[in-house]
Amino acid sequence: MSLSAAAAQEADTPPMAANLFEIAADGPHLIGGRRKSDGRVVFPTPSGAEGQKYEAVKLASEGKLWSYTIQRFRPKSPPYMGADDEKTFQPFALGYIELPGQVIVESRIEVDTFARLKIGMPMRLAIVPFARADGKTVSSYVFRPVQ
Amino acid sequence: MSEVHIVGAGIHPFGRTDGRSGLDQGIYAVREALADVGLEWKDMQFAFGGSSAAGSADAMLPHLGLTGVQFINVANGCATGGSSLLSGYWAIKSGEFDIGIVTGFDKHPRGAFNPDPEASGLPRWYGDVGMMLTTQFFALKIQRYMSLYGITPMTLARVAEKAFENGSKTPHAWRREPVDAKTILQAQMLSDPLTKYMFCSPAEGGAALILASDKKMRELGLKGPRVLGAAVRTRVNGSFEVFSPSLDIERGPSPTEIASKAAYEMAGVAPTDIDVAQIQDTESGAEVMHMAENGLCQNGEQEKLIADGETRLGGKLPINTDGGCLACGEPIGASGLRQVYENVQQLRGRAEGRQVENANIGYSQVYGAPGLSAVAILAA
Repeated sequence: MSLSAAAAQEADTPPMAANLFEIAADGPHLIGGRRKSDGRVVFPTPSGAEGQKYEAVKLASEGKLWSYTIQRFRPKSPPYMGADDEKTFQPFALGYIELPGQVIVESRIEVDTFARLKIGMPMRLAIVPFARADGKTVSSYVFRPVQ
Repeated sequence: MSEVHIVGAGIHPFGRTDGRSGLDQGIYAVREALADVGLEWKDMQFAFGGSSAAGSADAMLPHLGLTGVQFINVANGCATGGSSLLSGYWAIKSGEFDIGIVTGFDKHPRGAFNPDPEASGLPRWYGDVGMMLTTQFFALKIQRYMSLYGITPMTLARVAEKAFENGSKTPHAWRREPVDAKTILQAQMLSDPLTKYMFCSPAEGGAALILASDKKMRELGLKGPRVLGAAVRTRVNGSFEVFSPSLDIERGPSPTEIASKAAYEMAGVAPTDIDVAQIQDTESGAEVMHMAENGLCQNGEQEKLIADGETRLGGKLPINTDGGCLACGEPIGASGLRQVYENVQQLRGRAEGRQVENANIGYSQVYGAPGLSAVAILAA
């Protein structure tokens, strides 16, 4: 997706939460929190009073696959809010991506063939639409193998 | 300080008992434990009890007798049973009490739990997009471990195969039919690499243990394994726990590793001294990883140990001799006490059909959400 298309999409579909990611000139980034006292980086930034202890930090958009699994059955609702149902549900991959020198983040993963996934492979962030059961579409984040 | 012994043990069969409440299963276990030692409820100086989904544990009191006994409800996530034991252990070790009971029961609805992101301090979107499942956490942890230490899916299948085999020999187990490794491996995949037979299920059951000081034990003419060490520990930075949107790059020890070290130190024994072990097997991979986290082997040695049958009955270190959580299910309030019940039976030579020969030191470890572990080491 080109930068302008991504920006257009973001305009159409609001992010699923504030302060989660941003689309900068060099592409999308997750926004983490760096604890002022010791530099520990977390994602997402804690809310409320705890959040005051953190400053926003732009996370790397590329990293390495740390672990993964495939969600083979439709998760229970609540809390799952996908627009699919038992019949239309498609298994999806998810895992952890290590962002060098920062933090390991959990993310859904988009991949053409699950068998391609290998721990250590390079992955890149993308912003994608997520269709919700309440009919709304929001923008969410995923990681994809670097081609 | 007093030495602490487990002089009596009772259990209500685990699994599904329609028409009997969790509370009644707890009362059943308490009565079994009392009958085991020929004592009455009024003889108990204290009680610690836990239930996660089946009401308040002290609701047992009107049924057992309103004797004025000190009864404390224990709630500590998946380590509730282990925490009840630890509380009873301290009560006697301190010299404050001579005899008392620790008990737990539960009755969970069928199927996985419906977690609420906000109750866990997590943003709502985390649940919305389908990342808030305990099954995913277990799969993600073992998947990485397999990649680092060369563990194969067949090893995961063999762990479950052993669980059902041991369960078939255990009166209090739920799953009592053996299932072969090939069937386990080829069953429906739930969250790669774990198939449906590799996960335990929420269940029902009750367990109770009577603890006494060495003085009281002799006075009553009773016998029972001594508690050498017991510890509960919680997560630290760098520990990999359920429902974590991010993890520190610098990895740290698990709560199990910390609790295990503390218990070995208290007990004055080494992992090589252990004759029989009951360790948390929420799924097959957990048993594999907990073998190493409890010091029972080095990372990666599980592949050969399990292929060689060393963790089966008759092996060098039999693990989960009653089928563990995989064959018994996991009623949270009772699960940790079931492990200790099984060790007590093994150390007393009463584990008919699944007895470990010359079992002298028994080890148990219960682990769970939100990231805590309880270990107990007993000597015959």
